[in-house]
Amino acid sequence: MLSLKGVRKRYGAADALVLERFEAAAGEHWLVLGPSGSGKTTLLHLIAGLLAPSEGEIVVAGQPLAGLAGAALDRWRGRTVGIVPQKLHLVPSLTVRQNLALAPWLAGLPQEPDRAGQLLAELGLADKASARPHELSHGEAQRVAVARAVMNRPKVLLADEPTSNLDDAACAATLELLAAQARACGATLVIATHDRRARERFDRQLRLGR
Amino acid sequence: MTLAGISLAYLRARPLAAALNVLLLALGVATVTVLLLASRQIESRMLRDAEGIDLVVGAKGSPMQLVLSAVFHIDVPAGNIPLAEAKALAAHRAVKKAIPLALGDSFRGYRIVGTTHDYAAHYGARLTAGGLWEKPMQAVLGAQVARATGIGVGAKLVGAHGMAGEGPGAAHEETSYEVVGVLAPSGTVLDRLVLTAVESVWEVHGTGGEPEQYQEITALLIRYASPLAAATMPRQVNANPMLQAASPAYESARLFRMIGVGVEVLRAFGIVLMLAAGLSVFIALTQALEERRYDLAVMRMLGAARAKLFVLLVLEGVLLAAAGAALGLALGHAATGAIGSFMAAQHQGPLTGLLWLNEEWWVVGAALGVGLGAALVPGLRAMRTEVAHALAEG
Repeated sequence: MLSLKGVRKRYGAADALVLERFEAAAGEHWLVLGPSGSGKTTLLHLIAGLLAPSEGEIVVAGQPLAGLAGAALDRWRGRTVGIVPQKLHLVPSLTVRQNLALAPWLAGLPQEPDRAGQLLAELGLADKASARPHELSHGEAQRVAVARAVMNRPKVLLADEPTSNLDDAACAATLELLAAQARACGATLVIATHDRRARERFDRQLRLGR
Repeated sequence: MTLAGISLAYLRARPLAAALNVLLLALGVATVTVLLLASRQIESRMLRDAEGIDLVVGAKGSPMQLVLSAVFHIDVPAGNIPLAEAKALAAHRAVKKAIPLALGDSFRGYRIVGTTHDYAAHYGARLTAGGLWEKPMQAVLGAQVARATGIGVGAKLVGAHGMAGEGPGAAHEETSYEVVGVLAPSGTVLDRLVLTAVESVWEVHGTGGEPEQYQEITALLIRYASPLAAATMPRQVNANPMLQAASPAYESARLFRMIGVGVEVLRAFGIVLMLAAGLSVFIALTQALEERRYDLAVMRMLGAARAKLFVLLVLEGVLLAAAGAALGLALGHAATGAIGSFMAAQHQGPLTGLLWLNEEWWVVGAALGVGLGAALVPGLRAMRTEVAHALAEG
């Protein structure tokens, strides 16, 4: 499902990420561990095609990313990869339901009106469909961001530091939510974190940095 | 979920700024629209009023005043000319038709014109009631006069000296006209005139009984027998110490040129307003771009192509412009209508807001162009949003 070989990402003269080899099969759940600045976010962005590697080859869901560019790459990302960014970044002018509807619409997929409602109900947010992001608690906003990431049933689900600033109970609930949603779509899950509490839950771990 | 829906959601999120931009643009559009509607209507009306009149002959004075008083009936005449001179001129072989006008009195602000049936025929007048005058002291009302004063066939009316309106001024109480006919609206100067025989005017002014060589009229409207007459006729008339010739076409062109400066200044003002609105939209969108960096990055993350973000921003500018144009057109037409009813109360030719000119599409186009132009640079910058950076630093 995921295959990275000899990948190197440079910013100017400095290496942001050096990764000899990383393979993940369909449906596997992975943790990417490392101190801040070790390139965890860069790795996620490379997998999502938001950044291009300086060297090396990346194949996601059978698609070599070097073969995609421009609007085709954007379209592919919208349909194949779900992302929960660290700062969530819900669109503040839109309601929760509209934020979810944004995902299939921007990816050029048909709207499934039931999908958003089902996800919201599943995540205990049924009564928040018409709320704006600023009316949500952090936990609620995070669940909306997860729902948005899985709206299009992605093959790869990426989460960047999902447990920072959460207490132990919320941390466990969030990791369980991500795992459950990834299982529901049959997606490969990759969580970038420096949170020690996450280590016990996932066997497959990729360690970055020195 | 549509692009326009998202643009609208963003506009709704900042209603005050959006309303301000719409209003600014609307004022510019309204200014240009009013000028367009008013100048076009006044121009076409004056052209119609002056149509078929090659030369006006009247007393010595300003040729502009002569045309304004004898053709458009919006100024007082400078004086009278001897009937004998007018008759001699009318008999000239270069003259195809000559219509005499005897002015001086008014009825409730509407001018009483002593003339012949030729004058009514010249403007293709049709009657809605009664007939034309057959003897002195019979009067025919223009459509606007009948409507505004509410009198009709069979009524008596008393003229007042000058254009005094209803005031206590010098009324010719002892002589009254009998209304024998009412004209249908013609969209010409006839609508706001009271027509009668030339002899009526003489009678009212106490010269009715005198022999013809002592009578006077105010002006003579002349149509040439051949265009060649234009070369010699005016000079011939002006050589007469008692007469003056003026060309309605030339004088109204001169008038348009004089008014034109003011119209140009106002038009420039309207265009400046529209450009200021464009600048304001540009500033609003540039600010919005700063606030929405993360939104735009997220949209790219979710699969939006760069072009979609460009369209999103441009659409916002165009939506603002479309709202401004629609509001501005509505304002412009309403204002023209209001000016028109004010002018009608002043006994001037009516101006209507219920008229669509094809030139207005140009105003709409210009407004949309302003919105588009203002959104172009923010749109291009939105296209260049650095997704990975914005997501990572957020």
